[in-house]
Amino acid sequence: MTVEPMAVDGVVSGTPSRGGGRFDAIVVGAGHNGLVAAAYLARAGLDVVVLESSPEIGGATRSQEAFPGFRFSVFSYLVSLLRPEVIHELDLVRHGLLLVPTASTLNPLPGGDCLFREADPQRTYRHIARHSRRDAEALFEYKLEMRRMGHLMYRLQRAAPDELAAAIGDRVAESAEHLDVEVSAEVADIARYFLDLSPVRLRSFVQMLTMSSADFLGQWFESDVLKAALSSSSIIGSMLSPRTPGSAYVLLHHYMGEIDGAYREWGFQKGGTGAVAATIARAARSHGAEIRTHSPVARVLARDGRTAGVVLANGDELRAGVVMSSAAPQISLGRLLDPEDVPGGAGAGLVERAARWQSGGCAGKVNLAISGLPRFECMPEPGPHLSGGITIAPGLDYVDRAYDDAKYGGFSERPFIDMIIPSVLDPDMAPPGKHVLSCFVQYAPYELAAGSWNEGQREAFGDAVVRTLAEYAPGIEDQILHRQVLVPPDIEAIAGIPGGNIFHGELRLSQLFLLRPDPAAASFRTPLPGYYVCGSSTQFGGGISGGPARLAALRVLDDLRRPETAGDGGGAETP
Amino acid sequence: MPRRAPQGTQAVQRALGLLRSFTPEAPEHRLSELAAAHGLHPSTTHRLLGVLEAEGLIGRSPDSQAYRWVPGAPGAGDAEPSSRQNGLRPLEPLRTPFHRRTSARCESGAWRDWSGYTCVETYEPTPEREYWAIRNAAGLIDVSPLFKYEFSGADAERLLGRLMTRDFSKSRTGRVMYTSWCNEEGHLLQDGNVQRLARERFLVSAAEPCLRWFEDCGWGMDVEVRDVSEEIGVLALQGPRARAVAEATTTGIDFGAMRYFDLAAGAVGSGAGAAPVTVTRTGYTGDLGYEFWVAVEHAEVLWDALVEAGQDHGLLPAGLLALDMVRVEAGLVLIDVDYVSASHAEIEVLKVTPAEAGLGFTVKLDKQADFVGRRALELEHERGPAWAMVGLEVDWFELERLWSEIDLRPQVVGQPASREPTPVFAPGGWQVGQCTSRFFSPLLKKYVGLATVHADAAAPGTELDVEVAVGYGRRRARARVVRRPFFNPPRKTAVDATPGVDE
Repeated sequence: MTVEPMAVDGVVSGTPSRGGGRFDAIVVGAGHNGLVAAAYLARAGLDVVVLESSPEIGGATRSQEAFPGFRFSVFSYLVSLLRPEVIHELDLVRHGLLLVPTASTLNPLPGGDCLFREADPQRTYRHIARHSRRDAEALFEYKLEMRRMGHLMYRLQRAAPDELAAAIGDRVAESAEHLDVEVSAEVADIARYFLDLSPVRLRSFVQMLTMSSADFLGQWFESDVLKAALSSSSIIGSMLSPRTPGSAYVLLHHYMGEIDGAYREWGFQKGGTGAVAATIARAARSHGAEIRTHSPVARVLARDGRTAGVVLANGDELRAGVVMSSAAPQISLGRLLDPEDVPGGAGAGLVERAARWQSGGCAGKVNLAISGLPRFECMPEPGPHLSGGITIAPGLDYVDRAYDDAKYGGFSERPFIDMIIPSVLDPDMAPPGKHVLSCFVQYAPYELAAGSWNEGQREAFGDAVVRTLAEYAPGIEDQILHRQVLVPPDIEAIAGIPGGNIFHGELRLSQLFLLRPDPAAASFRTPLPGYYVCGSSTQFGGGISGGPARLAALRVLDDLRRPETAGDGGGAETP
Repeated sequence: MPRRAPQGTQAVQRALGLLRSFTPEAPEHRLSELAAAHGLHPSTTHRLLGVLEAEGLIGRSPDSQAYRWVPGAPGAGDAEPSSRQNGLRPLEPLRTPFHRRTSARCESGAWRDWSGYTCVETYEPTPEREYWAIRNAAGLIDVSPLFKYEFSGADAERLLGRLMTRDFSKSRTGRVMYTSWCNEEGHLLQDGNVQRLARERFLVSAAEPCLRWFEDCGWGMDVEVRDVSEEIGVLALQGPRARAVAEATTTGIDFGAMRYFDLAAGAVGSGAGAAPVTVTRTGYTGDLGYEFWVAVEHAEVLWDALVEAGQDHGLLPAGLLALDMVRVEAGLVLIDVDYVSASHAEIEVLKVTPAEAGLGFTVKLDKQADFVGRRALELEHERGPAWAMVGLEVDWFELERLWSEIDLRPQVVGQPASREPTPVFAPGGWQVGQCTSRFFSPLLKKYVGLATVHADAAAPGTELDVEVAVGYGRRRARARVVRRPFFNPPRKTAVDATPGVDE
């Protein structure tokens, strides 16, 4: 329980030497998903090694003492999607999981006004009623509906997409028999398991998959400030405006963590999100998994149409019949894979589709070390609002304009900012009396129209953020002791995510479910038998959930128990 | 609701006249009686009295049939009531010495009675932040309503030896001992801490009054037992940052060398306003923490110092709901919740021995002194206790299974600890006990509870069913017996230096 949040014994660097480099399974990438996959395989008794290219584990779940005494959650900053199965089966609490909830959300508005949503629903009602009494009432019903939809999504994510589709197909075919109607497999897929859904709920679900969040929220609310506040979750990590069709799905994606109440609600991991990775690494190590940093993988090794291991960048070969990659598709299905190795000539299409994966970065991170608590004009004194989320999104037009800047190749001059003050939630993040401020900022495209990002542009972006903050928390510019500015190319360089997209690819209908990360790899199996994908780019991935990696690892274990299925690979049944 | 005031100076005169009718000697008047006495129309009288009532200058009798005198209200007929009449009025709730401070911070308005004292249940509308402050930073809890008894005299140690199940011949000045005390049948009366302040001076803290029992057991001994409950205020400073806050406020104490259950004297504040304090490394949270014992006149100095220094460490005042959550995680039993004191158990079956209440470790049968209940407890030791206090754990997927039957996610999280006893069964079978405290621990992400069960169902790993409310239904959830405490961080007992020999 009281393990030092970041310390993981036994993480070593370089090429493993033992056993002549022979393992049961190799996992590529030591982000949270790679570590979850390794933990499940090791727990089942497999001899597993995790290979991480960078000097540290964590990927985008990373903490860093960037300045003495000040600890930042470098990229990802909150946890809510972590699957209960993962928490429980890997005994993560014992290994250091400690999530302090961020129970409120403050939206400062111009002129010292604000919109405040607290843990207590009655207070939230009163805050919102100041803007619209109708909306204050509607919020209760809206949250109920979102929880129901979240529950539906939660259920969907309990199984691999292909299994689910097959099961639903069977059921549709079954009912069709009774109705004496011929039903194609495609219809079965589309109908999925919605047979039991009420038409009203089905309508909500289709709306969420297709509508813009602004339109979706517009069905519920009249107040622009509330719509803007709620739309925040619909753009996080996505190159979308609240007015872009499809953004409502991202809203739903972020609601999943709230369906269990305090079990997984938005929370801050003690020690920062790097401690989440450390926690999972400890669980993996406790089952005997080996974790190697400084070990970039050059490509997957194949022999006779089957996975045989990996080749490291330094030329060393490691042997294993199973390789799982937690990297984004451009790497897993592109760089690491020689199309010639994939049986049945499926390789070329796979590599080509991976290159077209929608995965541009859109967000930056500005981490500040500050000398004292910020004083927001709307609520200047310290209080509970500082231990929740604080979002600068004062109106839908504001966010849309911020998006427009990026659409034309610039960063937002007046950006959308989602911040927390980690040191209020965990006093160990900063020296006593001092604080760290974590600002997630949109929009910041991967490439600027003016050219690639340089120091000057980074600083200009940081200045835009501080300038925007100062509009709502005057004097903050004088409280800043240190500043860390990170833009998509930095996410790419440090966390190894191509394009710097935090979800390993946009969460759009075109890239979800059976299409994520590729129609030929939606079962976590790739067309190369023995080679699997398990990262955020699979299933419904995105966010610190560990869900895709768990399902992928269970699929691996299942295939190992039934070698005849694994021998076919996923490719045989897919386009 | 305020009533419309009559216009003009005449109304003021009439109102003051009415107000003067209320005196300690004549505290209650009916509307008709006042109207007649002052020559006013009943409806005018009603309006005027309404204004006086709304302004808090007069009150209503409990049955609201009459208006009544309010002590200390300006303009009322007399200033101070005589003590004789004092007893005739309903008692005012007691205030702890920190009340002015706690009430200033209590924005929820949620108060709870604790031994007659008005105590904060939760400062904010929900206890969440207070709970996390205790587990992740520091919480400050006003635990002044504890009963406190000072034992002094040459036979103080001897009396404790006779009363208590622990061995006080081994207690040393500067140490605190947690102990049980029993009646002659070996049935548990209470549990509490005993501070050894000096060779012949101890301070016993207890949840319920027990002066008479202590005095009676000390008959003929050279010892004075004094109830000092109202002379001492107590603040519990608990959580991983407790030491940092304690060190920033307190002089004269080496916190690095202070061991679990050590006691030390120091001072908080500086100069003439400094408050002498006794600090014990104790608490009811299962975490790193200290309790500060202070004379009531210095109480606010202590509070202010701790709160101010705590700002840099995330300290929050925490109410009783948060305290109840953390004490369940710590597996600590609560009198009148997890066990019933033999002094007010109406039937035999409710009485338990210390071992049956999970406090067997406080019974020292090898000690020299003969103590109340010894014979019965020796017999129990030979036979083995009939009941056991166990930890129960229900995993998340069992809850998912039960709630999915009504198409809901488990509705157990974000709720304070429940004190309503529910039955515990052998799997699919008969009742084997009851679960008396339980809640979903946000820290452990498990539904945990304290239960008293038959001794043969108490081994860790035993599977039992516990009743849970699922919607309007009552269902059985499969639980597992686990060791208490559920949460036991090394920081609770950690010290800087190599620890000495502990008892």
